[in-house]
Amino acid sequence: MDPNVLSSYLPLYVEAFFLTVKIGWIGIIIALLIGVIVAFIIHFNVPVLKPIAKAYVELFRNTPLLVQLFFIYFGLPKIGVAVSAEVCGAVGLGLLGGSYMAESFRSGLDAVPVSQSESALALGMSKSQLFGNVILPQAFSISTPAIVANVIFLLKETSVFSAISLMDLMFTAKDLIGLYYNTTECLVLLVVFYIVMLVPVSILGTVMEKKTRYKMFGV
Amino acid sequence: MGFDVLFKGTNFIRLLAGLGVALKISLISVAISIPLGIVLGMIMTTKNVVVKAITRLYLEIVRIMPQMVLLFIVFFGATRALGINLSAETASIIVFSFWGTAEMSDLVRGALTGIPVIQYESSFALGLSPLQTYLYVIIPQIVRRMIPLSINLITRMIKTTSLVMMIGIVEVLKVSQQIIEANRKSSPNAAFGVFATVFFLYFLACYPISCLSKYLEKKWEN
Repeated sequence: MDPNVLSSYLPLYVEAFFLTVKIGWIGIIIALLIGVIVAFIIHFNVPVLKPIAKAYVELFRNTPLLVQLFFIYFGLPKIGVAVSAEVCGAVGLGLLGGSYMAESFRSGLDAVPVSQSESALALGMSKSQLFGNVILPQAFSISTPAIVANVIFLLKETSVFSAISLMDLMFTAKDLIGLYYNTTECLVLLVVFYIVMLVPVSILGTVMEKKTRYKMFGV
Repeated sequence: MGFDVLFKGTNFIRLLAGLGVALKISLISVAISIPLGIVLGMIMTTKNVVVKAITRLYLEIVRIMPQMVLLFIVFFGATRALGINLSAETASIIVFSFWGTAEMSDLVRGALTGIPVIQYESSFALGLSPLQTYLYVIIPQIVRRMIPLSINLITRMIKTTSLVMMIGIVEVLKVSQQIIEANRKSSPNAAFGVFATVFFLYFLACYPISCLSKYLEKKWEN
């Protein structure tokens, strides 16, 4: 391995790293928003919207991100919906993640025992108190591990962005390998940057899981 | 809308054959991952610290590294660093088995450690020998927990193998790109129709398997 090569590639990787992290986290935030909304729609049996929400979850959970991105990036412009690669990446990741997050939130909501809401109602709590103080905190602590796993999964999935020519880490590595054939150096940097991106999230996730577990009561 | 391209010549059959390539790779990888994962999962329940540390490291590597990166390391890195020239298909089977084994072993470990001690104690108290305990009490419970999860692994494997296109395997996405390129003049909107079809084909491949997994999970609850 040549240290000169490593240092000369470093700025390119740093740039790609920030782009990947930016789009990845925008996508995750979109995913969390979609996930919460869809989970509520399914959990509360909202008429009309529920079948749509269910179809969305099944459709996006059962197809690969790569195919979704190709459809959004190359397919949709043909019917007049053209978006830039960055928007496509964030939206695609958000849509994929939304379906996973929805499942996690929903299973959290479903896992709170009926006795909890019955007891709360028996104690004279209003519907909003019941939901805000009894169900949500428990549902959140139950779904936290799944949400953390989803976040890590989505950050890993960002590597697919290179297929729609977004200049992310994967694309940079592929490009540099193709240009200069310094395969080993390129791959080492790639691995290092993914470790930098994911290890903190993984550790933070473990900490969060422990924190929320302490708050668990009744279950 | 560009759906007409699909019915020209053998285009649709080519797409299906492309999907077949992806499915073949995923099924081979699953067939390798499941037995290896079961063995590794059992090994992981030992109390040996060294074994635990090594398996833990392996799991963390798989958890952190995107499959695409692993694919690049094996396909391009191995050739460069070790001089081994792997075909793209072999490289992808190695990577997906490496990934699948880790996932599977984690599931097995979870299922094994998730069996409450009371189950063992009760069966011993009833006078069952250790062999009988495993055969009639523990293994049936583990199998019921494992089968839905392993089926789920198949759908995840199918979804992940769409990445093989990036190392040059001609599968369904590559075939669709070829079809779109070849018909650029005659039907400029082919991209919409073809990619929508691929989207739907993947859904058709994975959805029944997910349903089966969900059904079994519900059926065997408790």
